[in-house]
Order: sequence, then C-alpha cells, then structure tokens
Amino acid sequence: MSEHLLEVRDLKQYFRVSKKYTVKAVDGVSFHIDAGETYGLVGESGSGKSTIGRSIIRLYTPTSGTVTFEGVEISGALGAKETKHLRTRMQMIFQDPMACLNPRKKVGDIIAQGLDIHHLYRDREERQEKVYRIMEKMGLDREHAGRYPHQFSGGQRQRIGIARALVMEPKLVIADEPISALDVSIQAQVVNLMKDLQGELGAAYLFIAHDLSMVKYISDRIGVLHLGHLVETGTTRDIFERPIHPYTKSLLSAIPHADPRVEKQRVAIGYDYKTSGIDYTLGTYHSLSETHTVLCTDEEFAKWTRV
Amino acid sequence: MEKTLTIRDLSVSFQATGGTVRAVRGVDLDLYQGETLAIVGESGSGKSVTVKAIMGIVSSNQTIDSGSICYRFQQDGEWTETELLNLSRNEMRQKINGTHIAMVFQDPMTSLDPTMSIGMQLMEGMMHHLHYSKAQARERALELLNMVGITDAEKRMKNYPHQLSGGMRQRVVIAIALSCRPDILICDEPTTALDVTIQAKILELIQEIQKKTGISVIYITHDLGVVAKVADYVAVMYAGRIVEKGTVEDIFYDPRHPYTWGLLSSMPDISTDAPDRLYTIPGSPPNMVDLPAGDPFAPRNPFALEADFKAEPPTFQISPTHYAATWLLDDRAPQVEMPESLRSRIQAMTEGGGVCV
Repeated sequence: MSEHLLEVRDLKQYFRVSKKYTVKAVDGVSFHIDAGETYGLVGESGSGKSTIGRSIIRLYTPTSGTVTFEGVEISGALGAKETKHLRTRMQMIFQDPMACLNPRKKVGDIIAQGLDIHHLYRDREERQEKVYRIMEKMGLDREHAGRYPHQFSGGQRQRIGIARALVMEPKLVIADEPISALDVSIQAQVVNLMKDLQGELGAAYLFIAHDLSMVKYISDRIGVLHLGHLVETGTTRDIFERPIHPYTKSLLSAIPHADPRVEKQRVAIGYDYKTSGIDYTLGTYHSLSETHTVLCTDEEFAKWTRV
Repeated sequence: MEKTLTIRDLSVSFQATGGTVRAVRGVDLDLYQGETLAIVGESGSGKSVTVKAIMGIVSSNQTIDSGSICYRFQQDGEWTETELLNLSRNEMRQKINGTHIAMVFQDPMTSLDPTMSIGMQLMEGMMHHLHYSKAQARERALELLNMVGITDAEKRMKNYPHQLSGGMRQRVVIAIALSCRPDILICDEPTTALDVTIQAKILELIQEIQKKTGISVIYITHDLGVVAKVADYVAVMYAGRIVEKGTVEDIFYDPRHPYTWGLLSSMPDISTDAPDRLYTIPGSPPNMVDLPAGDPFAPRNPFALEADFKAEPPTFQISPTHYAATWLLDDRAPQVEMPESLRSRIQAMTEGGGVCV
C-alpha cells in the first residue's frame, strides 16, 4: 500500500449530458497528498478542479481510476466500514458561506452535526465541550453557538464552515475555493487561521482556488489543471520560478501586481488551447526533477525546456 | 484636462429595520475627461452606492441627504452643465443613462436578458436612444462586437446569453454599455465573477477602448492589483467616507492612511518568497447602523490615537493631488511611520522599476 495520505490515480469523471454528448470534466488525473501538507489545485472555471474535490469525497461516483485514502480504496463501491472511514476522516469546506449553512439550525448544532451522526461523544457535556473548543479556536464566541447563520457576516460564516469541518479532527480537508467569496481584508484572516489550525491539528489540505497569489502563500505543492488535465505539478517554488507549460505561464502572467509602474506596461500572456497546437491527450508525464512534472509530448518537452 | 464629473459632499442613507444606515457620508470626487478613477473598499464601504447615485439608481428605502453631482458634457461643441440630483428618474433614463453615462455590472449572467438574443439586446438601446433604424443599429452592433473582440460577430448576434462563456458575456455587456457612445463608463467590479486569465483580457480591452474613444472610466473594485493596472486616480473608501485619495503613484508609493497601509500589506506579494503569515487588518468592518463615535476605523487601527476615538478626522491635504483623512497628519500628532514590511516592499518597487516575473 502507498505511504501517501491520499493517492489519486488516473481519475476520470465523465458526465453524460445526452446520448451523443459526454462532458469529460476530469480526464485522467493523478496526484498524491502527504500527511500534513497543503496541495493547491488551480485552474480556470471549467477546468475540473472542483469536480476533483467532489469526486474524492464521493459527492460524485468516479467514472474510473482509483482514489486511495489512508490505505483504503474509496473510489469503488463503498461498504459501511469504508463509508464511515471516509465520512469521519475527510471533510469539506465549501465556497459560498452564505449558501452552505442550514439557515434553520443554530450554529452550535451545525458544527456538531458530524459528531451527532457518528456518535463521537459520550455525553452532552463532551459534545458541548468539543463545539466550544473549536469555536474558540476559530475566533468565535461561545455565545454564538445559540445564534442562527444569518446573524453572522461572511467572514464569520466561513469560520463556522471551517469549524464544522475541523471539529471532526479530519486527516484531510478539501477546501473548495474557501476564500473566493470573501473581502480582501477577510481573506487574509481566514487563510492565516487555516494555516495556524493546520499546524495544530496536523490535517492535510486540498486547497482549490483560482487565485494563484493566495495559493502560493498556503500551498506546499501546486497542481495546475486545464480542461480536465493536470498539465503541470510541482512544489510552489517549481511552479512559480520555473514554470514550463505555456498554460501555467499564462496563468502566472495574469496575476495583477500591486505595483502601478510595472502593471501599466505589462500585457498578460495569452493562451488558447485550440490555436496552441497542443493536444493534452497525446501528452505523457515528463519529470524535470523529483517533484516537478509536466504533461506534454517528447517534442514539446524538448521545445519548452530549451533555454 | 476638462472636468466631467464633480461630486461634492454626497451623503446617502437607507432606512433599514435596525435603523438608519448612513452608507455614504460626505464624499467629494472629481472625474476628468479620459481619466480612469478607481474606487477601492470592502463590501459595505459605500462604493457601489456612490456610483449608483451617479446613475440615478435609487432604491425605495434610500434617501440622498445632501450633496451635488455636477455633470459637464460637450454638446454641439459647447460645454453644458447638469445637476444630476435635480433630475427626475424619467429624465435620468431618457437623457443621461446609456447616452452619457453607462454602467457595466458585476455579474454578466444577471445583467443580460436570458430570453433575448444578444444582437437584439445590443440594438435595443441604439434604436431607442439614438433613433437608429434597424439596419443602422445592426451595422453598429456588428462593429461593436468586433471592437470587444468577439469573433464571428454575425453568428453571435443570433446567440442567447446562455450560449456564451462568462468572459464572452461580459464582453457583450461592455459592447451594450458602449453602444450609445457614452462619455463616462462605470464598471462595478467588472471582473470579480471571472477567472484571472479572462480578467486580464477584459481589463486590457477596456483600456484599449479608452485609448480609442477617450471616454472616462470609473472602476469599483476591491482588488488592488486591478487598481494598479488600470487607474490614474484612486479613492479608498471606508465606512462611507473617502479615507484617502490621490494619483495611483501617491496611493501605492506614498500611502498615508493606516487603512491603505493595511490594504496594501494584506495583498500577497508574488514576487518575493512567501512570508510565514499574511498581514491582516484585525477585526471586521463596522456596523453601519450605529457607527461608533470618532473614526469608524479606529477599533481596527493599530496606529489609532486617542483623538481617533473622540472625533472623526478631517481630510488633510498632502499634495495638490493627494488627500487623507487621518489624525496622524495633524500637526499635534506624534510621528508614526508605516509598517516596516510595507516600507521595504515599496522601496523594492520604486527601485526595481519595471522588473516582471
């Protein structure tokens, strides 16, 4: 069995729209996540990054490929034991803090729902204690447990969403664009908090986002996704300092800099899959170093790595 | 340069269940012809309410308490002045909206009519405002679609909004906004709903159009990277007031207000190695129903003086273009410097000058 916390191998997720038309949202993606690290998944909308997260946690049933989590295969049919393993050890944080909390439940009960379902406490006091402890860690007040979601601001709601995931003490948290819906000043607060808690709880994150500057800040390793293919993966340093794939380069060039003199003259590098002449289905994975891999054909590899 | 829009002492409030929300409190702004103005702030800072007041978009529980919005425009070679706040809703719709001041909204999915082809939506405004014939409008619509970079314009005219991608839709919205040749284009977070790669394209497109047609643009955004790219002049809003305004160089290289310091510091810097922690502005935006006495930013301000909790600071002038509302600029205030990390970053920027990743 693999020593990685999560091993995704050749994952495919197709959606059949009609008899003739199938959307290949994820088309053969492989990567792994080690315990306690953060893997950032970036790409534009429609690249399949959210789908990967949802397939791993089994909101979808993968079309083919294997996902192994702590040595247990979770991509096939799930028995009671596997389901319990998956649902308690892996948690998800959703994008929109306005939509992901049940408006008719009190915050304390929302956070404790996972504990209730899996009977993870002996008595009411222990349940209460667990909820209060995680709320305090998230910078929420004990009194807030009796309130309803609409009484909170966007940043606070996202904290509740994170508290609900982390109260289960998961080994892997899938964070699907957790900060995209928040204000800039609040984004930094939430990202710092997630980073602090990771140190404390030792959870690994799969951090899905399209904002590369935040991804750079939180991730140990990054995977760049385009049209359902993982085109490049490597450590944060590999991706930012030695990007190989033209799509990665165009993504990096699109990040705005907070420097007007530079920014005024800069023109983002365009990338159009149709006219680029690159066919992802022909490419194989080429390694540049132990950590840095890129999807391309042999000729492309030679062309892109030539200085 | 000619001044086209002058806002003085604008105050807007809303009647909400919790009480009166004073969303905009005494805003002064100028817009010059051909210039790009960016209004930056968090949600609830009053930036959208300000520009909606310019457009005459007023909700039923909203009152404009004071102020003036003076719009100057060239008609038959002569400059005419109109006070926008004196115009009725109908007059605004007939005379100003679309033909003089047009707006691009945040979400291209909700600002287009899903039941109407995009060609029809483009032509509608021109036929109504400019009394174009259908053939004339069609010709101009094709021209506009080409201008905003939509290929195969002829075919696209027959498409419905759901057949286009997000970036395409926003291009169509921009084309519609430009169709009646406005003098001022207001963009309310035009790229927030879009991907970074598409965002860069749309911003470059608006810049290009501006160069060609010489219109003035007002951007509303909370992304300082976007501001750096497009703006000539920047206004930073907090809790309904402009806390600092100046040219883009003033704001980025010589910021004076602690809130601007916080905003600049909390932007992750991609050109250097990631620090261990991101800088954050502590706390959250104030409740606008009962604002605390003094400066609303004081509770979140690590540099707050005693005076900040007692009275709201007036606006101090730093240079002919640069203003800030903070007691730190008062003669009696102690010397307070911006955080060290920000200082070194600005220094690196001004010295490095023009190095890209």
